[in-house]
Amino acid sequence: MRREVPLIITAACGFIFIIQFFVPHPPLNRVQDVFNDWVNIIAGFAIVLGILNLLRVNLNKMSKKSKGWPYALFTILGLSAYVVIGLAFSGGRSFQNPGTAFYWVYINLFFPLNSTMFALLAFFVASASYRAFRARNKEATLLLIAATILMLGRVPLGEYLSGWLPSGWRLADLSDWIMDFPQTAGQRAIMMGIALGIISTSLRIILGIERTYLGGD
Amino acid sequence: MNFWQKLLAVDRRVIFALVAVAVIIPFFLSFPIKITVSPPVQAVYDYIEKLPPGSLVMISCDYDPPSAPELQPMTETMLKHFFLKDLKVIILGLWPQGSVQANIALEVVMRDPILKAKNLKYGVDYVNLGFTAGNEFVIIRMGTDIHAAFPVDFNGTKIAELPLMQNVRNFDNIAFVFNVSAGYPGTYEWVIFGVDRYRFKLGAGNTAVQAPLVSPYVQSGQLIGLLGGMRGGAEYEEVSHYFGKATGFMRSQTFSHAVVIFFIIVGNLAYFMTRGKRT
Repeated sequence: MRREVPLIITAACGFIFIIQFFVPHPPLNRVQDVFNDWVNIIAGFAIVLGILNLLRVNLNKMSKKSKGWPYALFTILGLSAYVVIGLAFSGGRSFQNPGTAFYWVYINLFFPLNSTMFALLAFFVASASYRAFRARNKEATLLLIAATILMLGRVPLGEYLSGWLPSGWRLADLSDWIMDFPQTAGQRAIMMGIALGIISTSLRIILGIERTYLGGD
Repeated sequence: MNFWQKLLAVDRRVIFALVAVAVIIPFFLSFPIKITVSPPVQAVYDYIEKLPPGSLVMISCDYDPPSAPELQPMTETMLKHFFLKDLKVIILGLWPQGSVQANIALEVVMRDPILKAKNLKYGVDYVNLGFTAGNEFVIIRMGTDIHAAFPVDFNGTKIAELPLMQNVRNFDNIAFVFNVSAGYPGTYEWVIFGVDRYRFKLGAGNTAVQAPLVSPYVQSGQLIGLLGGMRGGAEYEEVSHYFGKATGFMRSQTFSHAVVIFFIIVGNLAYFMTRGKRT
């Protein structure tokens, strides 16, 4: 029964969702609304679960003095401080409102730190391009040419360099052509492949053929 | 070790320093740059221009600070366009930080003298519904009842008490949705679970990395148009004549792209010059 009951629930829910998609009328559409509300509530709890898990992992690291444990301490301090600031120093307003201490921390700490982490990517991309972007064979050369056209065509520099060429042959036009045809065609193939994969996996789960999500052997 | 071999072994900190210079210096320069508006950006602008004043539009800010340099200018320009067209705006976020980013954009936009003169009121001219957990399921829930998906707004006020929301039930009441997205949940989900099911009109602004992934939806008509990366934001500023940060940032992007291309060329030259000599 420990395996049959979850399989029956999964199959029933799967079929209800498929039917209500094609028959969006009462009572099926109400069932969908109820299920959606449940998902939203579970997602809310998942955030709490995530925070608890983050605390558990980092407290463990600290108690065992594992490598890099001071980072775990900073994670917990940062999390706790942000929660306290949000709850205790908002002056009766919603904690995220402009003017609150939480908002100040968001604008002056969270925002620049987060943006900085992402901005580092530009430096690593430049370094990686220098070391790894080589015309080693036909395929790599094609990729290199396409990337160079795109990088030039997407910025005004491309316009300055190729503005003298007839319309349709400028770098911006070539970059648009690459994006609109070869790129989109490849992307479509990937999307269709993913969609077919999702459909077949979903059917396998609904029909009880795929059972790995139940865990165990 | 000859010149080319030395060049191949250059310290990566030299590359970092040159990229930093290429990004920072243009912030202090104000040379004119030519931005050509692409058809997907023009399509978004034209659609909004055709909306009658008073129409309800929605903007979903599905991103966080790491993507803000690329996407925040889009949000600001789009909000400004909405307000100048006298459209009623519903703001929300499927990402926890999205609605905060929208508030930051609102602060910037509301400093505009023309908008100040309009005396726009929260709850009447615009609302920020905040964030609800549930990713694509929030979109599906909004398709039947927005009030169920967002019972309270960003400030904790019941949305049923906000004048703007009193006659809004689902996507049938909304003339246009614009999604500013940096990943999941984002434009993919808005198309698959929103447009395909509830048939509303959707435009999107994505990071440059994500834009190619959703561009097939423009050709298929599931997206009215698409603003891709900083360039998309700058194009929208160009077409709307509301010049903000994206146009200025394009100067830095031009220089940084030039530096990357320079390194690719030099790297390949060095590679071919030392071919056969490497161990």
